[in-house]
This record gives sequence, structure tokens and C-alpha cells, in this order.
Amino acid sequence: MNALLAAPVGLPLAAAGLCVAVGRFRRAQEVVSTTTLIAVTAATVALLLRVDAHGALATQAGGWPAPLGITLVADRFSAVMLVIGALMLLAVLVYAIGQGDVARRHVGFHPVYLILAAGVSAAFLTGDLFNLFVSFEVMLTASYVLLTLGGRLDQVRTGMTYVVISLLASGLFLTAIAFVYASTGTVNLADLADRLAALPPGLRQALVLLLLVVFGIKAAVFPLFFWLPDSYPTAPTAVTAVFAGLLTKVGVYAVIRTQTLLLEGDDRPQELLLWAAGLTMVVGVIGAIANNDIKRILSFHIVSQIGYMVMGLALFTVAGIAAAILYIAHHIVVKTTLFLAGGLVEHRAGTGQLDRLSGLVRTAPLLGVLFLVPALSLAGIPPFSGFVAKLALVDAGFAADRWLLVGTSLVVSLLTLFSMTKIWTGAFWGEPDPEATALRRAPGLMVGPTAALTVLSLVVAVAAGPLLGLTTRAAEDLLDRRNYTEVVTDQ
Amino acid sequence: MTVVLAAAAAVLFGAGTWLLLQRQLTRIVIGLSLLAHGANLLVLLSAGRPAQPTFVGQSASSSLLDPLPQAFVLTAIVISFGVTTFLLALAYRSFTLTRNDLVQDDVEDRLVARLERRAEELRDLEGSP
Repeated sequence: MNALLAAPVGLPLAAAGLCVAVGRFRRAQEVVSTTTLIAVTAATVALLLRVDAHGALATQAGGWPAPLGITLVADRFSAVMLVIGALMLLAVLVYAIGQGDVARRHVGFHPVYLILAAGVSAAFLTGDLFNLFVSFEVMLTASYVLLTLGGRLDQVRTGMTYVVISLLASGLFLTAIAFVYASTGTVNLADLADRLAALPPGLRQALVLLLLVVFGIKAAVFPLFFWLPDSYPTAPTAVTAVFAGLLTKVGVYAVIRTQTLLLEGDDRPQELLLWAAGLTMVVGVIGAIANNDIKRILSFHIVSQIGYMVMGLALFTVAGIAAAILYIAHHIVVKTTLFLAGGLVEHRAGTGQLDRLSGLVRTAPLLGVLFLVPALSLAGIPPFSGFVAKLALVDAGFAADRWLLVGTSLVVSLLTLFSMTKIWTGAFWGEPDPEATALRRAPGLMVGPTAALTVLSLVVAVAAGPLLGLTTRAAEDLLDRRNYTEVVTDQ
Repeated sequence: MTVVLAAAAAVLFGAGTWLLLQRQLTRIVIGLSLLAHGANLLVLLSAGRPAQPTFVGQSASSSLLDPLPQAFVLTAIVISFGVTTFLLALAYRSFTLTRNDLVQDDVEDRLVARLERRAEELRDLEGSP
């Protein structure tokens, strides 16, 4: 049990050191990082199967008993996030190896990528606030390096914005931890669930709201999303795909974890979260419609879809949170695929600007399919995974009588479809430009992962029934806090 | 004593935020460092009243200082040290590329400015036959 919980964090860290040691040989670095991520994927799948069968798993690092020591906990929610995250990291790594430019030229790409993987896994597995802070920092520092790898002026500029905002959020997080520790004497999440109940309600809500702001900056919830569309598009495609798919979802994970675990019943900021969800959805999609560059449009879509996930959480019912988790899983897969497909377009046609592209469906039909499937899925067209996830959300919304929010989400869905067709008609439809230079061939290692992720999103759609069953069990665990707290305090 | 330290943390936060809003990159870096220091100070303060050093057996265990926040602060200081170093390297890279210390304009702002200039040029061309 110890090994299974420590593997997703320990393996990538050790492999990162190994990658630095064999830095002279790119091929060796690629082999090490790919095998490590395959091993991590296998470990996370095994963890999910075990947790689903037997309930949450916990272990104490270093032998110090809870609540003083570092706890690693895996319940169903964490396990689902771990599996999806590991799959995404593996797919994007293969893509980056195929793309060649950034992975080949910089000796630091593979070690830092593995450290990013370790940080993400640690964030999903950690059982206390301060370790969450540390894993956020590990993840963020790796992302700073990946974002500015290349050192071009636009990368440096957007990297600076991203680093400053993230550092601000980290400072706020540390302040929140200070206040929490000063009021309750613990940072262990399971222990906090008990001790926060003994505080005066105003202080308790203030603490949780402060944490919500911190994670909201990371998750790009309205009105804290402004840094995302600025910084994501200039990174290399593989890096943006990983950020889009994973980093914001770690923020959403932290929001869901703290909001369900630390507060109960009326204390929860339900109205605030509902409004934040609705506004995030609307503002994100309006930004997407207003833009003309593929990556920038997709970045605004990330913001909009985060609104859907927060909507599921804000309902605070089993159905709502189950739908939110299913939506997170679907969105991670689909968003990564879209960014990879967008990167393929840029690779083959040389640009991502819609007014300079046209007719790609004639000259690159496979690319058209690889873009169309996740695009329709994101917009919520049946029979793709987006439809299933949105249906689950709408169902949960109706059951909780939140008509305005459900209506908003449906309208935003239509607008998402509109902006997706904008990309489609701009880049793929129409006559191919006769003066355009011949398209570069896309290497198999780039097309392969994109196709595999497209198939994965179709699998999510087909297997939606069992998946929704899994996420419902996860949501029941989340709302009934004793599952989590008992497993931790038993250590 | 704790009030004085809390006020000091508040001053650090205020100064750090003000510097963060400046145009020069070096001032932004210093501002972020001050913010991190303010947060670290708050974490230290969460340990409670000053008390005996935490060596087991030296004094009665009830009069020992809580060591956990000190462990937190050590980790946080090292993290902020590493990231500040990276930020400085980034600022230096920006300086070598642009030969100045200023924050670049936002991409969207520059785009809007460029479109306005182009529209003005078109108006001038049409205005003077």
C-alpha cells in the first residue's frame, strides 16, 4: 500500500534525477521519461482499482502519526484524477518527443517535465494543506521553466506575467495556512474538518473563502482568470496542452477537496460559487468568440469550461459533484486533444492565425477528424463525451432547481459550438490557398498521441455509464466526510 | 510583541503590493520578495507566544515553542528563494532582449493600438486626395 501511494510521486522524481545524469544522450532521456510515465500510469490504474474496491487508502510518510506527519491519501476522487493526469502526461510527452523542437534542443525538458508530473501527483495525493502548498510550488516551478523554455521575448513577457501571478497566489496560500494554523493548530485536512467546526462561524467562513480565492486563482475562476489567456498561448504546443489539461484542474481539485471536506451544510459558500460558475462560463465563451488565433480561443474555452465544473460543485449534491468529476475527466482529455490538434495544424501549415489558414480539410483530412471530434465533444454534441457530461450536469442542476444556471450553461454551450465552428470554417473549410507553401509532414509520434486521446474521449463517451457510477461513488465519499477522516486518523 | 510583528507583516505586505504594481522589473522582483517575507512572518507568528526553544527535556513540555510553523517557514523560505532566483534570471533575460528594465505592454493593448494607428493612416489617405 505504501509503494502504490508513493509511486506516482517518487518514481518521476527519481527519474528526473536520472534524466539529468544521462543529459548528454537525448535518446536515453526520452526512454527514461517514457518508461517512468508508463509505470506511473500503471500504478495509478492499480490504485484506482484498489480504492474503488476497498475504499480510501492512506499512509503516513516517515512514520510520524497523523495529524502531525505528512499524510498521503487516495480516495476515489484522487484516484480518478491521478489516472487521467498520468494518461495525459504520457500522451503529451510522446507528442513532444515527436515534435522534436523543444524536447530535442533543451537538456532540461525531460527532467522538468517529470518534476511537473511528480508535483501534480503529489497535489492529488496529499492529505494536508502545507504539503498541498509544497506540491503546488513544485508543479508551478516546473511550469515556469517549461513555459519559458526557449527564451524568446514573447515567452519571457508572458512567463513573467504567469510567474508574478502565481507567486502572488502562493503568498496568499501561505498567509491562509498561517491563519488556519493560528486558529486551529493543525494543517492536516482530516483534522481540520473537525477543528474548524469548533471555530466561530465568521472566522471559519473567512478561512475557507481565503482558500477559495487562492485556489480560484490557480483554477482560473471568474474574476481571477485574467492571467490564463495571456500566458498559455505562447508556450510550445506540448507544454500548453499539459497546462491546459492539468494545471487548472489541480486548482479545481483543490477547490472541490477543501469546499467539501472543510465545511458543512449552511456554512458552504453556495451562492457565491453558483454566481462564480455562471459568470466564468459566460465571460470565458465571450472571450473565445472575440479572438482569432486557435490557441487563444482554446485558452478562453478553458476558462469557460472551468465554470461548468464549479457549477457541478456549487450544487453540493451527490449528482452535482458526480457530474462535476465526470466533466473534469472528460474535459482534461478533450482539451489536451484540442491543443495537440491545434499544434498539429500549426506544425503542418506554419501558423495558427485563422485568417491565414484555409482548406485544411482537403489537404489534411486526418487532421480535420482529429480536430472535429474533440471540438464537437467540447461543444456538447451527442454522442460524444461532452454531451454525456453536460447532460449529467444539467440533470443535477434541474434536480436542485437551479434554472437560471442551467439555462446559462446551455446558452454557453451554443456559443462554444459557435466559436468551434469559427475555427473549423477558418482553418479547415474553404478552398486551400494555392500560394501556400507545401504542408510539412507531421511525424507519427505527433499524430499518434492525438489520435489515441481522441479514441480515449470516445471511450469516455461509450463507458459513460460505469464512469458515472464511479464518480457517483466518489461524490458520495466526498460529501460524507467520514470516509476520508476515518481513514486518515486510523493510521 | 506579537502585535508589533503582525504590524510588521502588514507593512511588508503593503510595501510588496505597491512595488508589485510598478513598471520596472527589478522593483517587481523586490516587491514579490517582500510579499513572501510577509507571508513567512505570518506563518512564524502562528506558533503563538514566544516560549522556550524546542529541545525535549530542557524545560517542561508545556512551555516549549511549537516547532511545526518553523519547519513550514524553512520550506517556504527555500521555495521562495528558488523562485526569486528564477524570476531574476527571467528579468535579466528580458533586459538582454529589450535593453530596458520595463514591463512589456500587454499583447492585446498593442494590437488595439496598432489597429487604431492603421485606421488613422487610412483616414489620412482618404482625407487628402
